[in-house]
Amino acid sequence: MELGLLLEMAVSADTDRVLVGRHEDGLTAADLYRRARRGSRLISQAGATHVVFIAANGPAFPVALFAAAIAGVPMVPLNYRLPPEQLARLVEQNAPAMVIADELVSAAVRLPAATVTPHAWLASVADGNDDPGAGMGTVDADDVALLLYTSGTTAEPKAAVLRHRNLSAYVLSTVEFASAGNAEATLVSVPPYHIAGVANAVTNVYAGRRIVYLEAFTPQDWLRTVRDESITHALVVPTMLARIVEHLEGADRADTPSLRSLAYGGAPMPRRVIERALELFPDTGFVNAYGLTETSSTIALLSPEDHRAVAASQDETVRSRLSSVGRAIPGIELQIRSDDGEPCQPGTAGQLWVRGEQVAGEYRGQTDTTDSWFCTRDQARLDADGFLFIDGRVDDTIIRGGENIAPAEIEEVLLQHPQVADVVVVGLPDEEWGQKIAAVIVARPGCQLAMDDVQAWARDKLRSSKTPQVLLQVDELPRTDTGKLLRRQIVAELVN
Amino acid sequence: MADAELKAGTRLRSQVSEVEVVVVRPSSAPLVLACGGEPMVSLEGAPASVPAGSTDGEPTLLGKRYVDEETGLELLCTKGGAGSLDVDGRALTVKGAKPLPSSD
Repeated sequence: MELGLLLEMAVSADTDRVLVGRHEDGLTAADLYRRARRGSRLISQAGATHVVFIAANGPAFPVALFAAAIAGVPMVPLNYRLPPEQLARLVEQNAPAMVIADELVSAAVRLPAATVTPHAWLASVADGNDDPGAGMGTVDADDVALLLYTSGTTAEPKAAVLRHRNLSAYVLSTVEFASAGNAEATLVSVPPYHIAGVANAVTNVYAGRRIVYLEAFTPQDWLRTVRDESITHALVVPTMLARIVEHLEGADRADTPSLRSLAYGGAPMPRRVIERALELFPDTGFVNAYGLTETSSTIALLSPEDHRAVAASQDETVRSRLSSVGRAIPGIELQIRSDDGEPCQPGTAGQLWVRGEQVAGEYRGQTDTTDSWFCTRDQARLDADGFLFIDGRVDDTIIRGGENIAPAEIEEVLLQHPQVADVVVVGLPDEEWGQKIAAVIVARPGCQLAMDDVQAWARDKLRSSKTPQVLLQVDELPRTDTGKLLRRQIVAELVN
Repeated sequence: MADAELKAGTRLRSQVSEVEVVVVRPSSAPLVLACGGEPMVSLEGAPASVPAGSTDGEPTLLGKRYVDEETGLELLCTKGGAGSLDVDGRALTVKGAKPLPSSD
């Protein structure tokens, strides 16, 4: 089904419920619907085949997303931090487009003359004729709803294609319609060019949960907004949770009584951070969500009950599940396959394949599924109870002397060292072994790193073949805005 | 309606009330879908003469999913109203909500 229909249903359920912004002056379901319809009219009148959004997250985004959906053209959120030449190229690829861009972007990038700011976009749809227009074609569930460029940490970014039927399948299998109480509000601090930033706009509207945007993340602003707006739900990427935990250092409690649910995902979560977060937010339910752009967001999750049960257990097998991403959500099948395509036994690592209606597995001009199965290119394991462990990208696997080594395993061990704040493990070319293991480490503030000591720590906890041979200290590791490590960049710098 | 038109994404409306549904999962066999005892028609279809359907019984509720265990047919109600849903005379049942924590 089409995304526009989901919004129509939300309007029928509770016309006057505020869905975007503050209680006092936010957009109600009816406001959002009327603006989206006016927006769709503007899009068709302009002859735009795409809507390109190059701005921080805010109320203009859900309005533009639903306007594009009603007009039947794809929404294309772009990362406003990309270099100007690259942004110009991506806008060109999606012409003719209705472009909505922040002033800073417009100042730096050559954009179409009709480009508007998010503010001007909202103003242009605030009133007027909200009949989308008779000339408009009807929208089909098979139409493209979203083109989202993957973050490209291991390759050039490519545009993942998500159709209305993929995104609506995700919504239907994960959200009960109109299930949110009037007091529920979610705080969104992920950018609109992240799949979670798009998915939440649709799932929360469908649930009837008010969306509050935090345009620029700082731990102080995040905590203040949670308290001021009585936020009940939030989603963060691991780097944000690490900064919140760091900001609360010395505190017993986070003092956020309204916060019922805190979901995290988008990159691996260091166990030390989540263990500390569980102490700081004792009354909050944590959800670890794992998914990909190509799968319309979440495909597996570790529930609040799992988090607390696992953290309370004395059994290390159970405790280790705190590092898992939980179990498949309804409608999703997971399979671990060996390199030759055979299904693996529980506990054995291989490539993660996934199937389900929300799984698009499609890029612009190219379908990337076999019998509806999509290969995530994540190295992973499933345990006997169906808990999924992600060991990292297949492309990041280090092959040393014929042995496949997942950097994540070594990083997890090094992160437990009391002087290590952040670390990345990569493979470097080596004449004898094919690849050798290098660890690039950021020390905790005020700590003097003794590399021999760190190496001995790793050797003590891992086999010697997994002990890093090269250890280097840096001030900071390069990451994307959503917390993914830029491994290729690190390897390139080390090799040079 | 005949099975040929009951593919995923098909939208239908009741002839006896405001009820509208969308097919989420198609059925494995041909069947006639009815609301209030009268066959449902395509959303775009011209209104028929008012039939003598029944609006008694359980209303069909907005946002609920209705399933036919026998054929696997699954519908989502996009507009609620009077009259209950059935296929070939078999009442459809409401699919139980599976509470899933919010992940985004």
